[in-house]
Amino acid sequence: MNIELIEKDDERVVFVAEGVDDTFINTIRRICLVEIPTLAIEDVNIFKNDAKMFDEVLAHRLGLIPIKTDLDSYVMPSECDCDSHCSNCSVSFLLKERGPKIVYSKDLKSDDPAITPVYDTIPIVRLQEGEEVELEAIAELGLGSEHAKWQATTTCGYKYYPKVEIDQDKITDLEQYVEECPRKVLQLEDDTLVTKDVYKCSTCKTCQRLSEKDDNAINVSFEEGKYIFKLETDGSLEPLEVLTIACDILSEKADNLIDFVMNEEE
Amino acid sequence: MLLVRCFSCGKVISASYDEFKERTEKGEDPGEVLDDLGIHKYCCRRMFISHVDVW
Repeated sequence: MNIELIEKDDERVVFVAEGVDDTFINTIRRICLVEIPTLAIEDVNIFKNDAKMFDEVLAHRLGLIPIKTDLDSYVMPSECDCDSHCSNCSVSFLLKERGPKIVYSKDLKSDDPAITPVYDTIPIVRLQEGEEVELEAIAELGLGSEHAKWQATTTCGYKYYPKVEIDQDKITDLEQYVEECPRKVLQLEDDTLVTKDVYKCSTCKTCQRLSEKDDNAINVSFEEGKYIFKLETDGSLEPLEVLTIACDILSEKADNLIDFVMNEEE
Repeated sequence: MLLVRCFSCGKVISASYDEFKERTEKGEDPGEVLDDLGIHKYCCRRMFISHVDVW
């Protein structure tokens, strides 16, 4: 398996994986989407809410705020010994504000200084003169398969690596191809038509249709066993962290299966 | 209040809304502001340009 990194920053990673098959890359994608635990606000105790916004809308907005997640310090509520909400499985946020103002995510006061909202500038609710809001929001770990607020990744997907074959003998009128290619993949170099940064190609086949006049000189298809993988997180975990955890989860599942087979054989 | 996340992809968009509003009110081109803020996908971009502030 060969991996080449194309793009990477705090929230996004794009890489090309070669020498794998659909099944494997799809497994990774599905684990990244719904099986990575992250923190999100689950329970909200509203003591006072004078704002125009209804309680349930306010609670929903709080739930969608991504929270920096530390998977070493917290356990899933289902695996915790407590009856409900202890410091091992939940983080409490307090919010007490009085208008006139817009309440932002930075106004949420966290129990644990390491666990804060990812962004400070998410507007939560607008308070008019004299209006007050007072609430306690409890965040816990959860899985994307239960609710999208626990999804660590926003965009997570792969596509086949495009392949553009050019028959240099048949092709004529090269400038036209360069002009028509929407992603600027086809370029002129020493009077021959070449491809540049093929991974940018969207396989729109504009060039292939155009080449019908040149006896189908261009053929657009896909590389076998080569994929472009794109992963974007909501900021609660880093993209490479998500990938590592996904691989851990996959190997843990495989280990369970091996253990089962071993026990059966004994 | 802009929605916290994009309807389609789930990207957190409201974190950039104040800056978007401020800059477009000063007369900057909304498309360029969105490029600058890192809102590249068209699903997220329509959240900004079609937003009506009611809450």
